[in-house]
Amino acid sequence: METRGARIGLTLWTILVILFLWVPLVVIVLYAFNSSTIQSWPIPSWTFHWFTVTWHDPDARSAFELSLKVGAVTTAIALVLGSMAAFAIARFRFFGRESVSFLLILPIALPGIITGMALNSFYVFAGLSLSWWTIVIGHATFCVVVVYNNVLARLRRTSGSLLEASMDLGADGWQTFRFVTWPVLSTALVAGGLLAFALSFDEVIVTTFTAGAQVTLPIFILDNLERGQQLPVINVVAFVVIVLTVIPVLFAQRLMRDTGILRRGAAAAVTSK
Amino acid sequence: LAVDVSAVPAGPSTRRARLRLSAALWRRPWLKAVGLLSPPLAAFLLVYVGALVVLFISSFWTVDSFTGKLVHHWTLSNYRQILDTGEPYLRIAARTIGIAAAVTVTDAILAFPLGYFMARIAGGRVRALLFVMVLLPLWASYLVRIYAWRTMLAHDGAINWTLNGLGLPDQNIADTNWAMWIVFSYVWLPFMVLPVYAALERIPDSYIEASADMGARAFRRFRTIILPLALPGVIAGSIFTFSLTLGDYITPRLVGGPSSSFIGNVVYSFIGINANIPFAAAFAVIPVVIMGVYLTVARRMGAFEAL
Repeated sequence: METRGARIGLTLWTILVILFLWVPLVVIVLYAFNSSTIQSWPIPSWTFHWFTVTWHDPDARSAFELSLKVGAVTTAIALVLGSMAAFAIARFRFFGRESVSFLLILPIALPGIITGMALNSFYVFAGLSLSWWTIVIGHATFCVVVVYNNVLARLRRTSGSLLEASMDLGADGWQTFRFVTWPVLSTALVAGGLLAFALSFDEVIVTTFTAGAQVTLPIFILDNLERGQQLPVINVVAFVVIVLTVIPVLFAQRLMRDTGILRRGAAAAVTSK
Repeated sequence: LAVDVSAVPAGPSTRRARLRLSAALWRRPWLKAVGLLSPPLAAFLLVYVGALVVLFISSFWTVDSFTGKLVHHWTLSNYRQILDTGEPYLRIAARTIGIAAAVTVTDAILAFPLGYFMARIAGGRVRALLFVMVLLPLWASYLVRIYAWRTMLAHDGAINWTLNGLGLPDQNIADTNWAMWIVFSYVWLPFMVLPVYAALERIPDSYIEASADMGARAFRRFRTIILPLALPGVIAGSIFTFSLTLGDYITPRLVGGPSSSFIGNVVYSFIGINANIPFAAAFAVIPVVIMGVYLTVARRMGAFEAL
């Protein structure tokens, strides 16, 4: 439909925007191998030295471990609460159904400082002292919606008559869940969980309001960046963070791409006969 | 068939009880709905919505400057202080909103042709590749991406090196509003591309063919068919770019330099160092009200279906 000129223009624009998106990432990944302690460009010479230094850095290590721990617990909470809400919304019609979606989306639709401040004042109000649990509660608040969206999307594509058929064939609620619902949902749950983990692992704004003395990996990066300290270590940490957030997302992307769960189930039923 | 009943090692009596329970729940769907919905909703209402309400109420209180304790006495003094032109707060709010708007427009301009290319020109494989190439930077650590720009914008960084290579003079963009504009536009760009692409992809080819058959030229087809149908996608993207910029305080801290405070920076400082939560709450009401109006308008224009 488009003219030749328009096509060429659009192709060029696309290449430029993709370069704009990727050049900074490539640059920062390269700095992890920079032998100099000064952050100048071009990089004078290359080394793996800073990887060893970072590996033995106790602060970087404890920040990394805390981020993993917070991410894992947050993901577990988000999976349970997010899928419960998604089930209720997908399977039932009730008054105020629309506002549930709106409510769950609020923590990511509202500016991060608002969520952070609200949680901070809740803790003060409730007399909770800040600990790694308060970070988890904060992260779970905005990670629930990620799982919720993934599970809801999958449930909307799955016909409710599958459940009825299972019950008609004499399965009880648990069996229906185990043999019908779970196989349909499992990849959506894994995808939602991976995204929730990536979101939590990288979060900084809400964390600054909900962490006490605890230092997560993003807080560790932020502190050192502001003081201009340990930049070679930060470069390596940045490299690790990029890799650790990108891999789960790639997996999640693959898992949600196959929408043929029902077809695959049908095929399995036919071949097993 | 797929349901392997023999795999369940349950005696006849427990099995009957379970079937009866399942049937009871099936007959009373509201019971199941309440059971499923109450834990997440209770957690949300208690922790989050409750906190938002308390925060809003506290914006009408003050802090005793002598004891540092909250004074539960209704007053508009926080709001009056914000609106006072002698204070810096209105200027800070204007800077925040101005940059958020500039970032939104920039991202829309950058994203629209890219989304168009992905949706209507690229073939299946190229489209999938582009999709991943837009999606990955979105997830690759927000903080690290800001840091990347900080090193690139530095005096001896990659930007000046490139400019010198092209025979252009050094630019000192680091620690300016320009730096914030570039970095914000960069960081939030994928949030604009994805909904714009989704909206463009949904436009049926037949609409465009029909209008071509009836003699509309390229520009007219674009203006009367593609643009109106893609607009909800642009608005959906703008919710993210605008809201995320409005509530940020990390980018100003890292690339904005000394006189670049955002609403978020002021709010943060009044929570932490200066400990005046009522004032922080009152200032935070500004982005909430703006986003409330924005979301209402966006909903009217059908942007929620494009999310």
